[in-house]
Amino acid sequence: MQGYEAENSGMPGGRHAAAAASAPGRGRRAALRWAFPLTLPVMAGYVFLGITYGILMVRQGLPAWLPIVTAAVVYTGSMEFLLTSILVSSFNPASAFATAIMVGARHLFYGLSMLGKYSGTGWKKFYLIFTTSDETFAVNYSAEIPDDIDRGWFYFWVSLLDQCYWIAGAALGGFFGSLITFSTKGIDFVMTAMFVTIFMNQWMKDGDGLDGFFAQHVSEFVGIFGSLICLMIFGPDHFIIPTMAVILAALTLLRPKLDRPENENPAGGGSDCITGSDTNPAGGGSDCITGSDTNPAGGGPDCITAKDLAGHDAEQGGGV
Amino acid sequence: MTGAQVFITIAVVVAATMLTRFLPYICFPQGRNLPKYVNYLGKVLAPAVFGLLVIYCLRNVNFTGGSFGIPEIIAVAVVIITFVWKRQMLFSMASGTLLYMLLVQTVFR
Repeated sequence: MQGYEAENSGMPGGRHAAAAASAPGRGRRAALRWAFPLTLPVMAGYVFLGITYGILMVRQGLPAWLPIVTAAVVYTGSMEFLLTSILVSSFNPASAFATAIMVGARHLFYGLSMLGKYSGTGWKKFYLIFTTSDETFAVNYSAEIPDDIDRGWFYFWVSLLDQCYWIAGAALGGFFGSLITFSTKGIDFVMTAMFVTIFMNQWMKDGDGLDGFFAQHVSEFVGIFGSLICLMIFGPDHFIIPTMAVILAALTLLRPKLDRPENENPAGGGSDCITGSDTNPAGGGSDCITGSDTNPAGGGPDCITAKDLAGHDAEQGGGV
Repeated sequence: MTGAQVFITIAVVVAATMLTRFLPYICFPQGRNLPKYVNYLGKVLAPAVFGLLVIYCLRNVNFTGGSFGIPEIIAVAVVIITFVWKRQMLFSMASGTLLYMLLVQTVFR
């Protein structure tokens, strides 16, 4: 625990951890108030997808409590939908294991992205990792958490609420699915819409001018076009793993261009912008939406990849 | 499948899924300095993964037949335009989703 304190001491969250410790109840409630509105889109998506899942399970002749249990312990939508057919086919645990590894492989990327953000969250960390889902990762990764909100509790509430929505949906579908009479066709688009807004939010964080348009959004382009190309080659059921390989390879090859030297400058003094769009290099963090929020030293590197990372680096103790 | 087989299958799936979730944290425990390469990946992977998730959601859209992906294209465009305009996540999602439901339930049945 000593290590976490030391790691946090240089960043805004550290102060809060201390404040939260003196009034734990208030810190928790404040984090919940901040977290809840951000989970509303997930609520809409999870409840309705969960209902669909519950209905499917029951239609396969499985008991209504089974979707609830699997919703809680598997908690990966795509794998659970596959389970509805796996559980009514012949017994083959090895194949089930392999399928789950492949479907879950994207969690590896979520883990790598959250290593810094989830560090120092104490006992909550196990639960945060256990409940990593597409939506929870997207919300927790992109959330801008104010200085006076405890990070650990914020992540915890988002994770817990999301999981509750999913379980509640599965329960509703399992027990009351047959009662739904109005057409909900198309409601699953809410998840698509959520990822589009999160993608756009990331896009605008990374720079929204036309200058350096490509340079500022290399990661986004790699993700979109890598996925599209693999989708065309491998088809909708098998393109995730190849896409992950392509993303990894592309970002590794582009590292000399993308990896900014802000690591050598842990105090956060403004490093120069690679995009050339910065006409005011002395201007500190003014061009950078999140940099100024997260960078404790206020120096605000103006670079693409620097944004979320000023805080991230500080969490790593600046010892990189 | 018997009850026991269902139980084993679910347990195996849970174990595999947990493995994918915990592996990065097991490989790179906190308190130790991350290799620079992993630190770099932690920064640049997420924007690419968001792109992957968008495409993943749209993976089953048929652009060569049926409704030719028109409802999806319109709804995604509405989400993007309203988001750039208002920067209100819930507003964009609600308008895009309601429009999409309207389109697939009435115009593109």
